[in-house]
Amino acid sequence: MHPLLTKETGKKFLLLGNEAIVRGALEAGVAFATTYPGTPASEIGDAFFRIARESDLYFEYSTNEKVALETAAGAASSGVRTICSMKHVGLNVAADPLMTLAYIGVRGGMVIVTADDPSMFSSQNEQDNRFYARLSSLPMLEPASCQEAKEMAREAFEISEALELPVILRTTTRLNHCRGIVTIGPLKPPENKGAFEKIPSRFVTVPATARVRHRVLLDQEEKARDMAVKSLFNTLTGEGPWGIAASGIAFNYVADAIKDLGIEDKVRVLKLGFTYPFPDVLAEEFIRSAEKILVVEELEPFLEENLKVTAYTNSLSTPISGKGPGLFSRLYEYNPGMVREVIARFFGVDYTRPESIDIKEDGQQVQLPIRPPNLCAGCPHRATYLAVKTALKETQTEAIFPTDIGCYTLGILPPLECADFLICMGSSVTSAAGISKATGKKVIAFIGDSTFFHSGITGLINAVHNKHNFILIILDNGTTAMTGHQPHPGVEVAPQEWDKPSISIEAVVRACGVENVAVVNPLNLAKTRKAVKEALGSNSLSVIISKALCPLYERRVLGKKTKRLFEVGPECNTDCTECIDTFACPALYKNPDPHGTTTMIIDENLCIGCGLCIQFCRKIRPVKVSRKETLNG
Amino acid sequence: MDKYRIYLTGVGGQGTLLATVVLAESAIYAGYNVVASEVHGMAQRGGVVESTVMIGDIKSSIISDGEADVLLGFEPLETYRAIRKCSAGSVVVSNTVPVIPYGVAIGKGSYPDVDKLLDFIGSKVKRLITIDAQVLAQQAGAVLSANMAMLGALAKSGALPVPKEAFEETIRTKTKASFVETNLRAFELGLASQ
Repeated sequence: MHPLLTKETGKKFLLLGNEAIVRGALEAGVAFATTYPGTPASEIGDAFFRIARESDLYFEYSTNEKVALETAAGAASSGVRTICSMKHVGLNVAADPLMTLAYIGVRGGMVIVTADDPSMFSSQNEQDNRFYARLSSLPMLEPASCQEAKEMAREAFEISEALELPVILRTTTRLNHCRGIVTIGPLKPPENKGAFEKIPSRFVTVPATARVRHRVLLDQEEKARDMAVKSLFNTLTGEGPWGIAASGIAFNYVADAIKDLGIEDKVRVLKLGFTYPFPDVLAEEFIRSAEKILVVEELEPFLEENLKVTAYTNSLSTPISGKGPGLFSRLYEYNPGMVREVIARFFGVDYTRPESIDIKEDGQQVQLPIRPPNLCAGCPHRATYLAVKTALKETQTEAIFPTDIGCYTLGILPPLECADFLICMGSSVTSAAGISKATGKKVIAFIGDSTFFHSGITGLINAVHNKHNFILIILDNGTTAMTGHQPHPGVEVAPQEWDKPSISIEAVVRACGVENVAVVNPLNLAKTRKAVKEALGSNSLSVIISKALCPLYERRVLGKKTKRLFEVGPECNTDCTECIDTFACPALYKNPDPHGTTTMIIDENLCIGCGLCIQFCRKIRPVKVSRKETLNG
Repeated sequence: MDKYRIYLTGVGGQGTLLATVVLAESAIYAGYNVVASEVHGMAQRGGVVESTVMIGDIKSSIISDGEADVLLGFEPLETYRAIRKCSAGSVVVSNTVPVIPYGVAIGKGSYPDVDKLLDFIGSKVKRLITIDAQVLAQQAGAVLSANMAMLGALAKSGALPVPKEAFEETIRTKTKASFVETNLRAFELGLASQ
């Protein structure tokens, strides 16, 4: 049984924030879950994926976030409790349905989880998705702890059904990937059979309907504001002349700082969890009770501006500060020490920051070698990039490389350097069209298989229709690798329990109207290079599908064992380091022993036997696997 | 109640995240409140993996510079890189076995002298404990158990209020059944190593 299906009510478990959200939804009887994977939200979908196999819950990995939200909206309008999770930028993709779904509302409770990523641990921006609540007029909850994440996920369904509106559950990376103690509540069995009631005057947003529904939405928004004012997720605690308002993860830093600074008897804290609609009545009471107020929230001054509006509306002149020089930044995530220091400075509390050890005091150290993430040994993406680089070199061609979002974005690193432009999912195909048209230069765009299904297809149709001229290389490794090997519509090789049909990328590409289509195995260097050269010579839109399974996926999900390895022969005793200078497989390294018999060495613990290196260096040859499988397994 | 902030750092593949969970669960077993935090995403791709465990009355799940009570470093260069998290009062437990960064492996830059790295740390913190976790794990029967040897050394240090029995119980109940024996052996070897 999946651990999140436990019936041990009242027992405490150490749960990941994302697991707590899933449990909360299960305790609300969620029956329908959709997602498109994206860090830091991925574990939500992954848990539902496994849970759906052993319960009446329906779950799907949808092709993108817009599809996920609309699919969930269909189920919710039929009265089924649904949850739809995504990373913050995913909500941009789903913004179109979000805005009008707010007009028609839902019948079954619906929760939309958006996972923001302050500091951009694994994202292309750090936008503050709380503004989506304001933009859409939808209620929003922001948990500060794992326990609260579970409570809010459950309660969000009740709020959603009471208002007949979707509810946004907004998290940040530090909540999603925090582990905390959660007390388990009773499970509610999912009711997965809905009924769709035909009410065109509500659900079909022709202008006449939309005009009516916008008014309904604004009425519901005011009801939601009353709920926010009374919500137990919004609390006013402590007594004293100073005021601190905080939400989300930042609240934890505030709570610890107040204790650390010993100012418990001086501060009143407004902790906001139900943050939109803004609980103005509660905020007014808070403002009236404080001499001066500090607002602690990561990213944008969302609460700060709302507090200032509340103060202005009530003719209160209490100083309210948050973002600004010497205070908090709109950039990056916060940390406990920083929050403690700003609180001390703002309220004039004596405080000395703990002295940390500085390696600059270590006279011996100049520069520490860095450890950037890298494409794995045996990764077929590296092989494709090598084929492209050598084809360009041999034809003396320069090219511009729009790329996309996935493991292959790591192709930005030297020596591959196959990434010149990237803004969002799917932007490789479309920006390639613009760059090639504007410059007349050769453009080679890279997109992954899951990203192609997510948002590459419409761009490709556009490129065919508008006669754009570039090369698109679809890096098809048979899985959504970066986010943890989730399946996608093109999956052909899958574990037995995966029983869904596979949609052929080649057939889709041809159906889009592309005439020059090649399918290659990137681990065959000569054939891949030849395909790239042909595409370079064709002077029309070409698509190369570079197809080889992700080796991590093969090992972990499919259980494949390494059968052969490679080693460097004794003739490798020259100054030649071409293999690492051009290919840079992490299994290849320079012999640290200056008297060693070979210049290069292949790390047998990292080599997976892809056989790419022997295709460009004759000094490398295969060896039988003799070591224990555990080393590589 | 006392508070303890533990910072864990290592390289993808070293099992730091499992060690994080085992440490957190052990502290819970010993009766403490716990919050932990992990950075996901790049772990498989040779990058640095950092995580934290807070024991006691703490809500914040991350650690600011100078505020770690204990630093558990699974790789000496990463222990050194993370030393900003420590102060003069910190206890550091570090593995001595390097994982060579790729840049160094291909001849760009050099790996610093491990003894010098550790000497600097030793001169700055309250206590430095070093172990060869790889050798201990091999003695235990699997290199993958090096993370458990690290926890053994941590338990022995006495820097945390978590008794060894709590670790042993957690290893028995929370690590993969087929690895429990090896993991326990590695933990005991770490415990006996100082």
